[in-house]
Amino acid sequence: MISKIRIAEAPNYLTEEQGIRSWLLTTDHKRICLLYIAAITFFFVLGGIAALLIRLELLTPVTDLVSPETYNKLFSEHGIIMVWLFLIPSIPATLGNFLIPEMIGAKDVAFPKLNLASWYVFMIGGLLIMYGIARGGIDTGWTFYTPFSTIYSTTEVAVTGVGIFIVGFSSIMTGVNFIVTIHRLRAPGMTWFRMPLFLWSLYSTSVVMVLATPVLAIALLMIIWERVFQVGIFSPELGGDPVLFQHLFWFYSHPAVYIMVLPSMGVVSEIVAAFSRKAVFGYVFVAFSSVAIAVLGFLVWGHHMFVAGESVYSALAFSVLSYLVAVPSAIKVFNWSATLYKGSVSLDTPMLYALGFIGLFTIGGMTGLFVAALGIDVHVTDTYFVIAHFHYIMVGGAVMGYLGGLHYWWPKISGRMYPERLAKAAALIVFLGFNLTFFPQFVLGWLGMPRRYAAYPPEWQWLHILSTAGATILAVGYLMPLLYLTWAWKRGPLAGHNPWRATGLEWQISSPPPKHNFETTPIVTHKAYDYAGMKEELGLV
Amino acid sequence: MSKAEALALREPFSTPQHQRDTAMLGMWVFIATEVLFFGGLFVAFAVYRMYYTQGFLEGSRGMTLVIGTINSAVLIASTFTMSLAIHAIQHNKQLRCYLLLLITALIGLVFLALKFTEYFIHYQEHKVPGIWFESHDPQAGPEQLFYIFYFAMTGLHAIHLSIGCGLVTTMAVRTALGRFNGNYHTAIDVTGLYWHFVDIIWGFLYAIFYIPGFR
Ligand SMILES: [Cu+2]
Repeated sequence: MISKIRIAEAPNYLTEEQGIRSWLLTTDHKRICLLYIAAITFFFVLGGIAALLIRLELLTPVTDLVSPETYNKLFSEHGIIMVWLFLIPSIPATLGNFLIPEMIGAKDVAFPKLNLASWYVFMIGGLLIMYGIARGGIDTGWTFYTPFSTIYSTTEVAVTGVGIFIVGFSSIMTGVNFIVTIHRLRAPGMTWFRMPLFLWSLYSTSVVMVLATPVLAIALLMIIWERVFQVGIFSPELGGDPVLFQHLFWFYSHPAVYIMVLPSMGVVSEIVAAFSRKAVFGYVFVAFSSVAIAVLGFLVWGHHMFVAGESVYSALAFSVLSYLVAVPSAIKVFNWSATLYKGSVSLDTPMLYALGFIGLFTIGGMTGLFVAALGIDVHVTDTYFVIAHFHYIMVGGAVMGYLGGLHYWWPKISGRMYPERLAKAAALIVFLGFNLTFFPQFVLGWLGMPRRYAAYPPEWQWLHILSTAGATILAVGYLMPLLYLTWAWKRGPLAGHNPWRATGLEWQISSPPPKHNFETTPIVTHKAYDYAGMKEELGLV
Repeated sequence: MSKAEALALREPFSTPQHQRDTAMLGMWVFIATEVLFFGGLFVAFAVYRMYYTQGFLEGSRGMTLVIGTINSAVLIASTFTMSLAIHAIQHNKQLRCYLLLLITALIGLVFLALKFTEYFIHYQEHKVPGIWFESHDPQAGPEQLFYIFYFAMTGLHAIHLSIGCGLVTTMAVRTALGRFNGNYHTAIDVTGLYWHFVDIIWGFLYAIFYIPGFR
C-alpha cells in the first residue's frame, strides 16, 4: 500500500514532463529505453512479416506465392532487419539502458546526450534501410558475400549497406556508454563482485560491440566503395580476394551472436535468482563465463569458412576454439540449474521464459557443436540445419530472454502489472510455436534441404508444413504480449515498488522510478541476490 | 567549486574530477573502436601486400615521398602544439592556450592542403582507381589495389583529421569565451587525446605506403 501512495504523490519519469518535445529531446535513460522499445518493436513486426511470407512460400514445393527474385529479397530483408534493427539493440538498448543506472545506483548513464544521439543514429540508419526496401530491397542475404554483392547484384546494396554502417555506430555509442557507466558510476559499496550478473553480461556485450562493430563498418565501407567506384577490392579478376570479405564480415558477425545472446543470459540469471529466492549458484563463475564467451567469441570466426577454401590447419584451430566456447556456456546452464536446486521456485511468466531459454539455448548450443565439427559441417553447410541451429540461439535464446526480461521489469518500467494468466499462456504458445517451427528444420537440413531456396522436392513438404504451422502459432504468441503489455501500460493493476520481492537496487525505488532514480546515492551493503540476508527487508519471512 | 565548474558539471556526476576521468575513459574506449575500424583496412592491406609484394612495391614507388615526409613532420609539430595547449590551460593561461589551439588547427589545415596536393598529383598521373586509372605495368591489378587502399586509408584519415580541426577550433573558441580554466578543461583534454590518436594513425600510414618506396 505504501508504494501506491508514493506513486500518487511523487511525479515519476513518465509524468514529470509532458508533450512530444520532452520525449524527443529527453536525455533520461529510462525514456530512451522506451524510444528504443517503440522502434525495435516496429522493426520486429516488419521482419516478422517477411518471415511469415517466407514460410507461406515454403508451404508448397513450387514457387507460387512470390517469384524467386522476391523470395531472395524477403529472406535478405528478414535477416537484415532482425539482426541489425531488432536483435543487436534489443536487450542492451532497452532493458540495459533502463536498468544499468538503476542497478548500480546512478542517476543516469555516463553520457546521456550520447545515449539520445545513439537512438537518432539508429533511426537514421533504420530509415535508410527502409528506403532501400522502398526502392526494391536487396537480394544478397544478410551476409553480403562478395563478389555477388559487389558485382552481380543489381539491387539496393549500397543504400542498405550505408544504413547498416550507420546503425553500427549507434551500437558503438551504446557500448561506449555502458562500459564507461559501469566503470565509473557505481554507487559506494557496489563492487564488481556485488553487481547483478545482468551487468556482467552487458559489460561483456559492450566490449564486443565496441571492438567488433567497427570491423563490420569497414567491411561494408569496402563493399560500398567497390560498388560506387567500380573497382575491385574483393573481385578476383582484379586480384582481390572474395574470402577476405568473409573473414572481415565474420570477425564481426560471429561475436555479434554474443551481442544478441549474452544480454539474454544476464536476464536469465536475474530471473532464475528472483524466482528461486536464492543467490545464483557459483556467482563468480557465471560472471567470468560472460567475459570468457566475449573473449573466445573473437577467436572463432573461421568456422563460417570451413568450405570456403580455408586451410586445413586454420580450420582445425577454429574448430577447436569453437568447441571451447561450449565450456563457459555450459557453466552458465549448469549453474542456473544448480540455482533451482532446493530453491523455492515459483513459475511466474518471466520464469517460464527463463526456463524456456535454458532448454532452447542448450539445444542451440549443442547443435552448434555439430557445426563446429569439421566433418559434420561439410555435410550441413548452408542447409536448414544451420538455419535451425542459429534460430535456436537467436530466437529460442535471445528473443525468449528479451520477452522474459520485458515481463520481469515491465512492472518497474510502466508501474503496472500485466494479466498473469494471459502472459503464461503466451509464454507456452511461444515455446510450442517456436519448437514446431524450427525443430523440423533440423530434420530438413540433415536430409539436405539447402537454405535460401524457394522450391524443394515434394517429399519434404510435410516438414515444411509443420514449420509453417509452427510459425503461425509463434506469431500469435508474439502478438499477445504486444497487446496485453500495451493494455497494461494504462489499465493494469498498480505494481508497487517490488512486486516480485526481488533483491537489486532497481526494486528499492518506486515504480515507475522518479526522474533521477535515487534521491540520495544509495550505499550498497549486500552482495547480489542476498535473499538469505535480506529476508526481512523483502518481507519473505 | 567555482561558478564555471558548477556550470560545467553535468547530470550523473558529483564532482568535476569524476566527470573529467569519465570523459577521458569514454574517449579511450572510443579510440579502441577506432583502432579496430582502421584495423580492418590495415589487415586487408597486409593480406594483399603479402599476395602481391612486387605490385605493392611498385605502388609505393609512385608516392610523392617529399610531401608525405613533410606531412609527417607537420603532424608531429601539431602534436607538440596540442600538448603545449593542454599544458597552458592546466596552468590557467587561457590566452596562450587559445593561440596554441588555433596554431594546432592551422597546422592540421596545412596537412590537409598538402594531402590534397598529393591527391591532385596522383590524379594527373592517372592513378585514381574508379575515376581515372592507367597502368602499363604487368602488375596493373595489384597496383590498382594498392591505390585503392591508399585512397581509402589516407582519405579516412583525412576525414578524421578534418573532424579534429573542427573540434580543436571549437575548443579554441570556447577557451576565448572563458569556458575553461586551470581547474576545468576536460573537453580540451579529450580533444587532445583524439588529436594524438589521429596523428599516430598517420605514422602507420606513412610507414606502410611511403617507406617501402625509399630508393
Ligand atoms: Cu559463428
